[in-house]
Amino acid sequence: MTTTSRTVADGAPRPTGAADRPVPQRPRKQIPWGKIAAWTAMVIFLLITLFPFYWMLRTALSSNNALATDPASLLPVGLNTGGFERVFGLQDVETAISQGGSGASINFWRYLLNSVIVATVITIVQTFSCAMAAYAFSRLRWRGRETVFLIFLGSLMIPQIFTLLPNFILIKNLGLVDTLLGIMLPTLFISSFAIFFLRQFFNNVPREIEEAALIDGASKVRVFFTLILPMSSAPLATLALLTYMTAWNEYFWALMVSYTDQSRVLTVALGVFRAQSPGTGPDWSGLMAATLVAAAPMLILFALFAKKIVNSIGFTGIK
Amino acid sequence: MSTATTSTRSAPKRRRHKDDTKLALMFIAPATVGLLVFLVWPLLTGIYYSFTEYTTLTPPTWVGLDNYAALVADPVFWNSLKVTVLYVVINIAVQTAVALVIAVLMQRLTQSTILRSLVLTPYLVSNVVAAIVFLWILDTQLGVFNIFLQWIGFDPVSFWSSETWVIPTVALVNVWRHMGYTALLLFAGLQSIPSHLYEAARTDGAGEIAMFRRITLPLLRPIMALVLIMTIIGSFQVFDTISVTTQGGPADASKVLQMYIYENAFGQYQFGYASALSVALLVILMIITFTQYWLSNAGKSDLD
Repeated sequence: MTTTSRTVADGAPRPTGAADRPVPQRPRKQIPWGKIAAWTAMVIFLLITLFPFYWMLRTALSSNNALATDPASLLPVGLNTGGFERVFGLQDVETAISQGGSGASINFWRYLLNSVIVATVITIVQTFSCAMAAYAFSRLRWRGRETVFLIFLGSLMIPQIFTLLPNFILIKNLGLVDTLLGIMLPTLFISSFAIFFLRQFFNNVPREIEEAALIDGASKVRVFFTLILPMSSAPLATLALLTYMTAWNEYFWALMVSYTDQSRVLTVALGVFRAQSPGTGPDWSGLMAATLVAAAPMLILFALFAKKIVNSIGFTGIK
Repeated sequence: MSTATTSTRSAPKRRRHKDDTKLALMFIAPATVGLLVFLVWPLLTGIYYSFTEYTTLTPPTWVGLDNYAALVADPVFWNSLKVTVLYVVINIAVQTAVALVIAVLMQRLTQSTILRSLVLTPYLVSNVVAAIVFLWILDTQLGVFNIFLQWIGFDPVSFWSSETWVIPTVALVNVWRHMGYTALLLFAGLQSIPSHLYEAARTDGAGEIAMFRRITLPLLRPIMALVLIMTIIGSFQVFDTISVTTQGGPADASKVLQMYIYENAFGQYQFGYASALSVALLVILMIITFTQYWLSNAGKSDLD
């Protein structure tokens, strides 16, 4: 394999006599410097990638008032869980303020719940709606199929910014501002990417299986539910995870639509929390606890399905 | 392409289920409603609003090209365009270079899924989380990075509140979040390069750098073009990080186009003008897409 690259590269695969080997640029060495350098670079990239996560945890577990005394300490300073307590509203106002919080009421359980509802409903409805459409584009025969599909594909070109303002006006006219439904609606039924992605997979489901079922008298609807969907469970799961992640991390649209706690999702709440800095300086330990809480569900989901997601990133959906 | 062949292949043999139009319409109904109401309709109304004077209180009134005339004469718009382009250039240049290095390192060193998962981790958190974490790490007084800078003999830098540093800072924070994802896309592209090419080059005595320049880069070009189109379009739409951290400051130094659009729409309720700004952004994105598409097709030298 190509992975065991450099060390074997110079000598091994060359059949011509070992004695008078015309050593190219670098003489054969005992120590594979190139490989060591490459691994060092990789480790540095990993450190840059992962350090902020450690710093979130370290700061969240520190006491906010003590942070300034030893800002470089790699371990939590004045280890306590005050940051998390403030995030979940477990501290009374005086304690919160004395520990460096703003004392303003933040209701993270509510935001967490809102985020879970929005991401879950969008994921289920959108994946299902797009799977149905993808099936129609992949397996059903009807006039105009290719044309309609091209229109869907073309909509991938519309940047989000362009639909935000008109969609906001629409949601406002529908009286859905500051509701979870208002946040969900624009992406509830449609993701052109999802349709495109799933259609590729449906195209690869062997036709013979489907035809056998049809000859046995099954309807196409039945084929869709009992054959196509189960056989595509892997890409469906991948897509659902990606959709969940996108919905969970959405900020701009949610910021436009939600004004109060009843529809505030975690990303927006984090922005508000950050803006509520007390006069003494930001409550960094509370803020880091809050970012951890907001990031944790995605990190946990990812830890469970990392292999699937990582292997699905590529050009299966695009090429 | 592939659909055309499959449908013609099986068409003549079939007698039953000749036409599924009714069923198909049912199946595409939800997605089509979503498409028409939340993508196509906004596209049309957005263009319409850009020709109107529209504050939230009054219905839109047609003003022709007034908004566009104002836009051309608006120094804040031109400044925001400049700031956005600066952001995109730094963001894309660094991100693409770093991602390419990571992808090549992964390809040459290991196929480990765990490593790839770790590389992807920052992409899982939202822009908002990334912004707040780096607001803290890069804090002028207490930020650990500034303490590190002092430790190696530099002065602390006001990353978020200096007019010179704010855009590079935002650009690099977003590099942190996206480099792993971009690296995995490029990694997937690298996997499609047949390994016998490298083996052949090696028997001819080529070193790693020569192989990278002569094999990897040319064969990666089509995928690189695709990745660049995607990342540049994404990069132009920067908003979250700036909204959470600087709100466009100091002194408009980080007021990117989307921030300015948001301000006009929700700060001043000038929906008409904000729509005209969005149209300008849309036009820019279209020009970039077509230019890149054309460029990448013009220089096509693929495996196929």
